[in-house]
Amino acid sequence: MIEIRGLTRSFNRHRVLDAVDLDAAPGETLVVIGRSGCGKSVLLKHVVGLLEPDAGTVTVDGQRLDQMDRAGLLRLRLRFGFLFQSGALFDSLTVAQNVGLALLENTDTSRQRIDEIVAERLEWVGLAGLGDRYPSEFSGGMRKRAALARAIAMDPEIVLYDEPTTGLDPITAEGINDLLVSLRERLRVTAIAVTHDMNSAFKIADRIAMLHEGRIVFTGSVEEARATDNPMLRQFVAGETVGPLIPL
Amino acid sequence: MRTFITGVGRWLVDSLVYVGGVVAMGARLVGVLPRLFGSFRLTIAQMLAMGVQSLPLVVLVSVFTGAVSTWQAAYQFQDYVPMRYLGGAVGKAILIELGPVLTALVMAGRVGAAIAAELGTMRVTEQIDALEVMGIDPVRYLVLPRVVSGVFMLPVLVLFANFVALMGALVVAVVFVDLSGEVFLNGFKLLFRSKDLYAGLIKAGMFGLIIAMIGCYQGFTTRGGAEGVGRATTGAVVVASVLILISDYLIATFLFQI
Repeated sequence: MIEIRGLTRSFNRHRVLDAVDLDAAPGETLVVIGRSGCGKSVLLKHVVGLLEPDAGTVTVDGQRLDQMDRAGLLRLRLRFGFLFQSGALFDSLTVAQNVGLALLENTDTSRQRIDEIVAERLEWVGLAGLGDRYPSEFSGGMRKRAALARAIAMDPEIVLYDEPTTGLDPITAEGINDLLVSLRERLRVTAIAVTHDMNSAFKIADRIAMLHEGRIVFTGSVEEARATDNPMLRQFVAGETVGPLIPL
Repeated sequence: MRTFITGVGRWLVDSLVYVGGVVAMGARLVGVLPRLFGSFRLTIAQMLAMGVQSLPLVVLVSVFTGAVSTWQAAYQFQDYVPMRYLGGAVGKAILIELGPVLTALVMAGRVGAAIAAELGTMRVTEQIDALEVMGIDPVRYLVLPRVVSGVFMLPVLVLFANFVALMGALVVAVVFVDLSGEVFLNGFKLLFRSKDLYAGLIKAGMFGLIIAMIGCYQGFTTRGGAEGVGRATTGAVVVASVLILISDYLIATFLFQI
């Protein structure tokens, strides 16, 4: 469903992505792991066209993003949901308004139906009845849940998660992991998540890829990742300071 | 010397990039103009924020604008120009220049800074990216309502400003310059030309466009967290203020043929 070929991107002469090749099959959850600042979020933003590569292509269902005009790109994005690392909820809107905004702006759905969908999505993420609050009134975990409700409001085919559990306590993070698994079962979406939280990666992934110094150094199933003899992945999974990965 | 030349060169390049960026945003804005009706409630909200909520400040500034104009004109007129022309001179100054320009400069500080701060914060917290990913054109959703509001509301504010400034001028003329109100108003009517009023409102429309566009562009191009938002806010006020003064001159040379 998603094909990334030769993706290359630099910032101020620092090469962040170096000829990355990666695929995400329909219905699978691909988790990209890597160290902080290795380019995981940059990779994710290329998938939805928020960033343009210096070289290489991103293809979604046979459509190359670099060959689309702006209107076509906006239409394609309606098939996506994106959970930003900090949530990126709109401060001036209530949580319910946040969740319903895409429906309001992009569809002819009636206000009543939008309210029903919003209430349903908030219930899915455990925020039932809290739609009239503003994001500033929520804790970090609640903001993540609200942002997740917004990401799935339009019944997306593809969901992108940028560090879904970063900054959350272990219990709240596990709650988010459970939520992502349940949504995968409920919505049957294709998902790409980037994280450095291995517990989260092992829980939600069908396949795991490791990004290091701009390149994919491992792809495989969760079982293959656990049993790998790839020294970088082993060191990363174990969280050890001794190995080919030098502490930052 | 080499450092100076390099600095000038870099400033020139940065300025060209800036102008190009604003023009590009303007081109996108023209492209989404047909969808203005769909952004109606957003535009109304901006008009309220930009216009109605700015009124107290505009009134306060305008009172003193009119007051000081009368006092300083009277000071310059004494012994040289008959005071019966005071109302006309002050009226022309207010309608043609002081009303539109001072109102615009005040609004650049209030509205331009607020726009840049709001959009800059949205940029650094990925809210603008979120709009993009939700299939919502940020230029249509954020910039269009603000620009339309600026173009329409600044002339409205200038109308209020002109009226209040003239009232402030009248009060000072009567109370402190010892000129009768009738003489002041007759002088105003003697030299009043409707072109002066329209030219001032045309200026105001252009200034509103500048304030909103620069504020939006600074916000959209914010980088670097809270510090970046601060820079964007300052930049919005400074750039808009300079462009207001430059465009004031250009519009004047076009509208007022000598």
